[in-house]
Amino acid sequence: MDAPGAPAVARLELKGISKSFPGVKANEAVDLILMQGAIHALLGENGAGKSTLVKIVYGVMRADAGEILWNGQAVDIGSPAAARRLGIGLVFQHFSLFESLTVAENIALGMDEKIPMRTLTQRIGEVSARYGLSLDPGRHVHSLSMGERQRVEIVRCLLQNPSLLIMDEPTSVLTPQEADRLFTTLRRLAAEGCTILYISHKLEEIRALCSRATVMRGGRVVADCDPRAQSANSLAETMIGSAMAAPVRADAAEPGARRLAVAGLSLPADDPFGVALQDISFDVRAGEIVGIAGVAGNGQIELLKALSGERRLENGSRAILLDSKPVGDLGPRERRLRGLAFLPEERLGRGAVPEMSLAENSILGGYRCDGLIEGGLIHPDVARRFASDIIDGYRVVARGPQAQAKSLSGGNLQKYMIGREILQRPGVLLAAHPTWGVDAGAAAAIHRALIELARSGSAVLVVSEDLDELFAISDRLAVINRGRLSEARPTREMTVEQAGLLMGGVTGAKEPSGRGRAGHVA
Amino acid sequence: MDFTAAVLLSVIAAATPLLFAATGELVTEKSGVLNLGVEGMMLVGAVGAFSTAAATGNPWLAILVGAGAGAAVSLIFAFLTLSLLTNQVATGLALTLFGVGLSASIGQGFVGTPMRPLPKLAIPGLSEVPLIGPLLFGHDPLVYLSILLLAGVWRFLYRSRPGLVLRAVGESHEAAHAIGYPVIAIRYGAVAFGGAMAGLGGAYLPLAYTPMWIENMTAGRGWIALALVVFATWRPGRVLLGAYLFGGVTILQLHVQAGGVGVASQLMSMLPYLATIAVLVLISRDATRIRLNAPADIGKVFHPQA
Repeated sequence: MDAPGAPAVARLELKGISKSFPGVKANEAVDLILMQGAIHALLGENGAGKSTLVKIVYGVMRADAGEILWNGQAVDIGSPAAARRLGIGLVFQHFSLFESLTVAENIALGMDEKIPMRTLTQRIGEVSARYGLSLDPGRHVHSLSMGERQRVEIVRCLLQNPSLLIMDEPTSVLTPQEADRLFTTLRRLAAEGCTILYISHKLEEIRALCSRATVMRGGRVVADCDPRAQSANSLAETMIGSAMAAPVRADAAEPGARRLAVAGLSLPADDPFGVALQDISFDVRAGEIVGIAGVAGNGQIELLKALSGERRLENGSRAILLDSKPVGDLGPRERRLRGLAFLPEERLGRGAVPEMSLAENSILGGYRCDGLIEGGLIHPDVARRFASDIIDGYRVVARGPQAQAKSLSGGNLQKYMIGREILQRPGVLLAAHPTWGVDAGAAAAIHRALIELARSGSAVLVVSEDLDELFAISDRLAVINRGRLSEARPTREMTVEQAGLLMGGVTGAKEPSGRGRAGHVA
Repeated sequence: MDFTAAVLLSVIAAATPLLFAATGELVTEKSGVLNLGVEGMMLVGAVGAFSTAAATGNPWLAILVGAGAGAAVSLIFAFLTLSLLTNQVATGLALTLFGVGLSASIGQGFVGTPMRPLPKLAIPGLSEVPLIGPLLFGHDPLVYLSILLLAGVWRFLYRSRPGLVLRAVGESHEAAHAIGYPVIAIRYGAVAFGGAMAGLGGAYLPLAYTPMWIENMTAGRGWIALALVVFATWRPGRVLLGAYLFGGVTILQLHVQAGGVGVASQLMSMLPYLATIAVLVLISRDATRIRLNAPADIGKVFHPQA
């Protein structure tokens, strides 16, 4: 492909790119060469500097130092519009879409030429047919699934005939089947000569898709390699800088008593774009981790609200049993007092008060902790000690108990909050997307903590979109789709493919893999 | 002119200042900025227009100065909130207090000074047709301007590309910034337009509605304009409806009071406010439509990393 010695000019070459923010060197002397038609991986943990580099290439930020060569010519990319004029397209990680506008309006906003709506609609149709990205230009974006939203972004880029397409963590919101379709599209684009810069921390994906990989750590390039010639483990070690401990899942002991039982839970949506829960039943026993998989927006938020008590059940308090006692009509505080702990998706804002110190945050969540509060008054010493215990016990990187919650990185704050809940010895822990946006090292620590908690006799429910995570830690797995929950089955008996089909709403995937494969081809 | 025509004319006159201010605030809010200083900007526009008219005798120049004065004070707000990233709610409230004070101190010498009202359009023949004549052709020019501007704003927002960009900025400034739109510059423009429109609405009061200077003569119209935008769920058609409804009930309750109905006048004076909000809330209950029309990033501070 890229024969050594061939007089090929790189499509994009970065030389010595540096960028600093107050207190952080986000990029330090980064070199990167992207050849025509290559699918090139940019690999690194959160905070390694990938996003900053992408923003510099796309003209959102300016580098402090360094040079950008485009087809061999030095260029100055001062704005996203300038980047698009050169032929650079970017599909954002958190989509840059406007929910209340239609697909066609969203695409028009990303185009620099002024095209009449009718012509644009026609061209959207052409491009989506050509690359198998079906889209209805008249639909509002809020009604689209994550996979469809990503298609909008891709079509928006493709309409400008880019010669470099940057994909920032594209599969984090897709089902495995949607991801496969995306790979087909990307390979086709590369075959047509488009260069693709593929940013991810999912190693298997990169090994399957990319011919070249640049690994970043702490703002620097630490390796440049052919990912197909590397094992996932060696890539991970390069990325993290140390050996990675895989979560050890001891075989589940005989599951104990039912600690959380949900039977026939139905709940109408409380938001116009929400999802109604329909007849949800499952249980979690002492000593096990039950996973709930699903593409975002299929009722996870509603289910978690009903379980945590943020939304009370008006009738049928018996639909949720905590240690065999009905709690459906109780609020969050009462449920917490009875041993239910909840780790919400948004760590800042819902899980912790950003402006308060770690010690203060531990008081807010430490309902059951002995001696923290007496006669309505706080014991600050006890709170500080409690916070220090969490920081030490869960290897939280923080300045100490007085550090503001918002000063911690996502992974460290998550470790802190898991520690806060676990030290209170909850009977049941609900964890929503526990490793979302968390780097691999912290994710492994979080997984270990969850497994240890379950082994010590608590029941753990993990709701996540990350199938790899659920397969790694859960004993049983159920899938939520449009407000319905599939039967929870032993994870060992399931394949990623079956789970993916259930996530996509294909029923009948319960049968052995024959039908699963048929569905996959379609 | 018969009685019905006279009542309808006064309804339209009562609605016009509100329509100006609400149309401007609609554009400001659609770009994602909540400017609670409408009342203050109207007063500054009113005093600017009155003092110019009193000094020069030229009503057209007075209208321009009114709009310019409104835009000028709105730019103070824009500088504070968009460039210095202050809180929009607090800054907007401060702007209202500032406007009330500034207009009172400038207008001190004018209190009670009468003013020749803006001439009504009079088209020979047409304006004399009973009822329809005065209703269509018997207003002062600002009434026509207010309706034209509202229609123009509708066309701009929903049929033009710059309008689409403005709505996008109000929906998600992060996304708009990432695609490469100048969020801050667009919002400066929207705030200045809102200020100019509030200034026009204010100028209408002493130039046409009650042609004299009275301290604090907006009497809460800036607040009702703000409420109109929200209760009309940011839709121009409903802003028009709300403004005319407010004007209608205002005039109606005046006539009822004049007719000597035994209800406290304070209660009657509340009616226009109550009726407008009640009707708009009732017709705009659909939560889905509210979410589709409400600018999602309204009032949020935008601080891009560069």
